[in-house]
Amino acid sequence: MSRYLLRRLIGMVVVIFLVLTIAFVLVRLAPGDPASLLLGPDATPDEVVALRRRLGLDQPILVQYATFVGNALQGNLGESLFFNQPVTQVLASRAEPTAFLALFSLLVALVIATPIGIWAAYRRGSVLDQGSITTAMLAASVPSFLTGLIFQRYLATDLGWFPASGYGGAGAGFGTRMWHLVLPSITLGITNSALILRFTRASMLDILGEDYVRTARAKGMTERRVVLRHALKNAGIPIITVIGLTFALLVSGAVVTERVFNLPGMGNLVVNAVLRRDYPVIQGTLIVVAGLYVLVNLLTDLLYLVVDKRVKY
Amino acid sequence: MAAASPAIAAPSFRKLLFQRPAVVVALVVFVLIVAACFLLPTLGVTEIGGMSVRKRLTPPGAEYWLGADAFGRDLLGRLLVAGQTSLGIGLGVAVISSAVGIVIGLAAGFFRRLDTPLSRLIDAMMAFPDILLALSLVAIFGGTMVNVILALSVVYAPRIARIVRASTLVIRELPYVEAARALGTRTPRIMVTHVLRNIMSPILVQATFIFAYAMLAEAGLSFLGVGVDPRIPTWGIMVNEGRRYIDTAFFLILFPGAAIALSVLSLQIVGDGLRDALDPRLAKET
Repeated sequence: MSRYLLRRLIGMVVVIFLVLTIAFVLVRLAPGDPASLLLGPDATPDEVVALRRRLGLDQPILVQYATFVGNALQGNLGESLFFNQPVTQVLASRAEPTAFLALFSLLVALVIATPIGIWAAYRRGSVLDQGSITTAMLAASVPSFLTGLIFQRYLATDLGWFPASGYGGAGAGFGTRMWHLVLPSITLGITNSALILRFTRASMLDILGEDYVRTARAKGMTERRVVLRHALKNAGIPIITVIGLTFALLVSGAVVTERVFNLPGMGNLVVNAVLRRDYPVIQGTLIVVAGLYVLVNLLTDLLYLVVDKRVKY
Repeated sequence: MAAASPAIAAPSFRKLLFQRPAVVVALVVFVLIVAACFLLPTLGVTEIGGMSVRKRLTPPGAEYWLGADAFGRDLLGRLLVAGQTSLGIGLGVAVISSAVGIVIGLAAGFFRRLDTPLSRLIDAMMAFPDILLALSLVAIFGGTMVNVILALSVVYAPRIARIVRASTLVIRELPYVEAARALGTRTPRIMVTHVLRNIMSPILVQATFIFAYAMLAEAGLSFLGVGVDPRIPTWGIMVNEGRRYIDTAFFLILFPGAAIALSVLSLQIVGDGLRDALDPRLAKET
């Protein structure tokens, strides 16, 4: 157990290190000199040289790399070219809508997918089963921006049930802000429910064929109890795995969904950074998101130990 | 293992692929979409000849089956031309990411020394969400069609590499590979004839899914305004253009959006059918 944990932690450190390296290399491959980019077209050559020195760009590339990794590990991801603020500060100020959007849409996806997945597995081969698989595939095939735009047009603009876009404006209370996340969360939740539904169904199918389920039935246990107590409990592991996997989907989806609903989150920030060529912000977002992904997947692995006593590493 | 006994596998593969009506329908739909996009424009169904202020935002009807866009161009013709780019990008990404993934995966699975570094690199690449990584790559190298295809190939190649590596590790230990080695067969030849040929099925299945994901991702990038040059229409760009008329002409969003969804859905169903037919052991997963 502790050896496994140690191995996982070392693996994680290596991956994080590679993530930092990829992020460093990527931005260095960008055409143009960062200092001239920062100063704009009107800068004199002397100013560019001075700034290059201040940013450490006159150092050998390996020294620059070491400084970059050292700074990143201390939580310093550089300065935004557009905001003239530390990247971490810029990211932190945009974290709230993205974090709640991801959380709510995961909840929406679980609420839609888990009961249908269990039911579909229980009634394997039935019309409901076939229908649910096809619907799940459709949900995964419709681009989330299309779902979002349909909701925006019909549920928000026409019916006026939900706010169509934005985050409530400056000084909006917490309730108002969350209210603006309802439609985006449903949009993103529907897209992500597809994968969870298929995983839930597949793992329930496996378990419903197990001997202990047959034994439970033979004992005369009610069907409801068999499915909910014996089967669902053991289907927990694959469902946790899929939550780890959907993290990447949630982030990608959040980028598009935030754009549709004009939410001031990290997704919208990174798209604007791309349009403004604000490389430090792009770099910082990549590092933070990839770091979170690695962390989430480590946590889901550790959760197995809690959920399933049979798992021993 | 389907390819191990081709004489038996070949007829049953076709039977297995076509036994589910949904797979047949999906295959027909996808072929029809491709045929429409590449054949109809050559037969004269194009947007060209149609910029007309009077006709702008005409709703779908007898004159324009799918309506006309903000410049009065026939939406159907534009949809077909845009489809060529969207489908082309999907196919390009599927082919390039498979090729790159096969090379990396075979190297990792075959040479023990390369395994750990390559596997960690794959892990690190897969830690970046697809749209985010593609977005950054396009931002850095510029939004041309070639760059979008290359960026998405970088995003999806690790998925193929992971599958190739896992399959190679299994096959490398099989008796016939050992026999080939004992006979003095060179390593590159073993890798291609004995290993690669036997793992083509999972690669083909995954490539079909990547075709679908790449189309979705390209649509996402174009929708965000950072995809290919906006003068070259793709379905994602058409949706983005239509956003300005969301309240007055929703069909401008709906039709290209539906074209993406229909193509991706049919590809995914075909991919599922392929997986079941090539590896019947996995059939219950669907």
